[in-house]
Amino acid sequence: MAEAEDRKELEARLKRWESTTLKEALAANPERREEFVTTSSRPVKRLYTPLDLEGKGYADRLGHPGEFPFTRGIHPTMYRGRLWTMRMFAGYGSAEDTNKRFKYLIAHGETGLSTAFDMPTLYGYDTDDPEAKGEFGTCGVAVSSLEDMQVLFDGIDVSKVSTSMTINGPASVLWAMYLAMAEAKGVRWSSLRGTIQNDILKEYQAQKEWIFPPEPSMRLVVDTFEFGSKRVPQWNTISISGYHIREAGATAAQELAFTLANGMEYVRWGIDRGLRVDEFAPRLSFFFNVHNDFFEEIAKFRAARRIWAREMRDTFGARDPRSWLLRTHAQTAGVSLTAQQPEMNIVRTTIQALAAVLGGTQSLHTNSYDEAYQVPHEKAVRIALRTQQIIAHESGAANTVDPMGGSYFLEALTDELEEEAYRYFDRIQEFGGIIPAIRKGFFQQEIANSAYRYQKEIEDRERTIVGVNDFVVDEQPEVEPLRVQEASFRAQLERLKRIRRERDSKRHARALDRLRKACEGDENTMPFLVDAVKAQATLGEICDVMREVFGVWEEPLLY
Amino acid sequence: MPKKIRVLIAKPGLDGHDRGAKVVARALRDAGMEVIYTGLRQSPEDIVEAAIQEDVDAVGLSCLSGAHMTLFPEVVRLLKKRKAADIVVAGGGIIPEDDIPKLRKAGIQAVFGPGTPLADIVRFFRTAAKGA
Amino acid sequence: MRDTVSSRRSPNRRRPTTVASLVDDLARRDKRAAAKLISLIEDDEPEAEEALSRIHPRTGHAYVIGFTGPPGVGKSSLINRLVRSYRARGKKVGVIAVDPTSPFTGGAVLGDRIRMTETGTDPGVFIRSMATRGHPGGLALATFDAVRVLDALGMDIVFVETVGAGQAEVEIATRAHTTVVVEMPLTGDAIQTLKAGILEIGDVYVVNKTDVGDPEALVANLEFQLQPRDGWKPPIVKTCAMDDRGLPELVLAIERHRRHLKATGLLRRKEIKRARTEILETTRRIVEERTREATYLTAALDALAASVAERKVDPRAAASRLLAGVSRRPVPLPRPIRRRPKSSAGNVGSKREILRRIVRQRSRSQTSRSSR
Repeated sequence: MAEAEDRKELEARLKRWESTTLKEALAANPERREEFVTTSSRPVKRLYTPLDLEGKGYADRLGHPGEFPFTRGIHPTMYRGRLWTMRMFAGYGSAEDTNKRFKYLIAHGETGLSTAFDMPTLYGYDTDDPEAKGEFGTCGVAVSSLEDMQVLFDGIDVSKVSTSMTINGPASVLWAMYLAMAEAKGVRWSSLRGTIQNDILKEYQAQKEWIFPPEPSMRLVVDTFEFGSKRVPQWNTISISGYHIREAGATAAQELAFTLANGMEYVRWGIDRGLRVDEFAPRLSFFFNVHNDFFEEIAKFRAARRIWAREMRDTFGARDPRSWLLRTHAQTAGVSLTAQQPEMNIVRTTIQALAAVLGGTQSLHTNSYDEAYQVPHEKAVRIALRTQQIIAHESGAANTVDPMGGSYFLEALTDELEEEAYRYFDRIQEFGGIIPAIRKGFFQQEIANSAYRYQKEIEDRERTIVGVNDFVVDEQPEVEPLRVQEASFRAQLERLKRIRRERDSKRHARALDRLRKACEGDENTMPFLVDAVKAQATLGEICDVMREVFGVWEEPLLY
Repeated sequence: MPKKIRVLIAKPGLDGHDRGAKVVARALRDAGMEVIYTGLRQSPEDIVEAAIQEDVDAVGLSCLSGAHMTLFPEVVRLLKKRKAADIVVAGGGIIPEDDIPKLRKAGIQAVFGPGTPLADIVRFFRTAAKGA
Repeated sequence: MRDTVSSRRSPNRRRPTTVASLVDDLARRDKRAAAKLISLIEDDEPEAEEALSRIHPRTGHAYVIGFTGPPGVGKSSLINRLVRSYRARGKKVGVIAVDPTSPFTGGAVLGDRIRMTETGTDPGVFIRSMATRGHPGGLALATFDAVRVLDALGMDIVFVETVGAGQAEVEIATRAHTTVVVEMPLTGDAIQTLKAGILEIGDVYVVNKTDVGDPEALVANLEFQLQPRDGWKPPIVKTCAMDDRGLPELVLAIERHRRHLKATGLLRRKEIKRARTEILETTRRIVEERTREATYLTAALDALAASVAERKVDPRAAASRLLAGVSRRPVPLPRPIRRRPKSSAGNVGSKREILRRIVRQRSRSQTSRSSR
């Protein structure tokens, strides 16, 4: 057979190369290190050849873009048809402050909105809650009420621009506020496009922004699937995230595996509810990190698409090809940013962004260079946005579909990552599934171990971080801190007081009461949440009701 | 036998990003110290109460959400109030350079920003335990 | 008695703290004093003995409940719930949570406190984390001294949570009033083999249900195997890791056991037995410590070890000889053995000569001590 002969020939030639050309070169000049590894400590060979791809046919493993298994991309034309969405994560201070930043970004060419919320909001507390002390607006925008949501999107046409909201524990509440806000603007829900992150499983595993225990939280998530599929059909009711898992210290393989495993868990719960998989799966979306290792990251995206397509079609029996698509947002790795020589972060972000584009992301956020120590400044965020635009228009990366396809190295890495992911799937099964594994601390432990190993590599100088453990300069970076204004804080408190004072207290009480009953029963909570926010119930008040009914989650720490 | 150094590592406030705190806790353990890790969502009162009951030499606070200017000095203040001002307090996380002198003035003896080598942190706690 | 207490931190204090004043503060329910006393004892400071002797008369009130079981079984969470339960009845509760010290680094991460966050600032609760510090088994050497401190602090109940490894079960069973053994069902069909000895030491058995595994099989297994002891058949309580199910039953079981101990006079008998064990163990520890730390004996020990290896003396005789040299307080090292000028090749004399010199020096110092 021609292939077998070719293979023999290739093997022979490789051996010859190793014993002559390579050997001579190594004798004269040994390699810089004993072993070369990726950012995830995965060993990388000296050379990849067609032999690494042998036995793996193009049709099976890669396919064409827009066709199963979508390794090369989910659309046939990818960026030739439409560029990825340039969606910059933004938020700080009050709704007014962030509204300004939104408009700045739109004016400078971003094509989608992405909302960062402050700590109290993320945990379902109003700005005036004692738990919120000192935390107003420091890492995102404070949204405690429908009115805040309205101010946040004041002057923005939400029927024309898609909005992503990074919110998890109280995701359905914030979504309810967004829906009510859109309604008040006269925008039909059927034309609303956007995403709520709403991925509670990764919170237990990595980001730790939970409120309620797993089971009621999953119920809330599936409520959004159900509600969205009927009433807000263009909305992505979940963004199944690996970003935070990676940031917490996971390797690329762990990020890939845990994210997809979580995704499959959500599908299971949706099906358990009685939904047909094709009813809600097309609106599941993903969110991956793009870290330093250029090739490993590109491979990760491709492996993700292939695994998801296969599982959706073959394991879950989805028939609609749209259910097989892994549509993803990406963000460059926050954890790779350094506070030392911060301008260098522009370079890191550029490499990472390029990897995301070559990886085929649908949407991208690029970090600003000052994010190692603060919420970004306008100038810094503009540079980050321009980075995407230069990649899109000047680099050529968007001119052909999946330019890296066929690279021996890349395809080998893609396969390796896929295999490793499946090994993790098996291990998770041994625990009895995602939630039992969470309770046993499996993910948390894996992530903590990887984080520690990575740090040790840096401490031991096995891994170089430019500016931190090598190429160090003793200079103070010029920092212009972005401060949350005291005035914004006071205004927010005033607004809350006023809302509570002026609202129809009967309507308010009734709405919360109905919400409580819905939570206690098994009706879909979304309509009740929308009513509650329209009755001017605040985020904290709504979450308090839910806390009473669902309880509060306490982390099982196994160190 | 040299005395064991006991350190409390805590995350005050709502911030749940605990990668750094956990890595530091492990590093201190590897350096032979006894580390009480209090976990997430600790109020300054929780932290001070734990520090006193555990009779620690030092407290390490981690905050990445920008709320450090409120939370860190509060811990120092409460320690003073409980007559435990000899417990050394250090902080880390996402802290702009500008805030460091203010924190130092408020009684936080050291601030370890992003990129600080673990060896520096270990050394600090070792010295802090001896001196105070 | 020393005037000032050397403590964890070098005292830059305005007034000297004596052990007596710390113990007085302790009697006044001062938590800080309790914490410092525990440290003092744990660090084996010179004042530790005095501290313990001052504290002892003030103990005897607290009821000590030991918790043992394999790691990850849910002891901390259970204790957390029990603390809440007892607090609701107005009891003051102390918790000593023990975690293992790494044999390689000497350090430890003490993470049990985390699971008791709700009760953290409750004035009626005191939680102390301790590391085993090389003590074999799942307890720290000072664990039960720490219990005494909490007893004297006024705690009604003290929970002791062990690591659940090694000989911890036996140790805790001899020291606690009620010993609770916590198990959890395994996954799959594997027949669960319980650790040897575990069936003999528990007063109450808890089967903690988690997400996986069938508790019924384990319960049946335990019911079949548990035998009554001292007129007490250990009850088996089923609890659930995720909620409060089984908790009232667990409290009831503990209280029933307590009443049983009182009614049968076992409480007092156990107390005496416990004291006996403790005295013997402490004696052993003191002797071993003193022997090891007596630097003036190091050379003698080395010489004796060499003699044993050469079959010149047997280990028991060597130990007796060494023991004869153990004194109450360490004395400074004798002057270094001078080399004999003639044998410049490094031969400092035969082993016999070294031993003779040491014995001579030791008897000299002994004489000088006795003349004080």
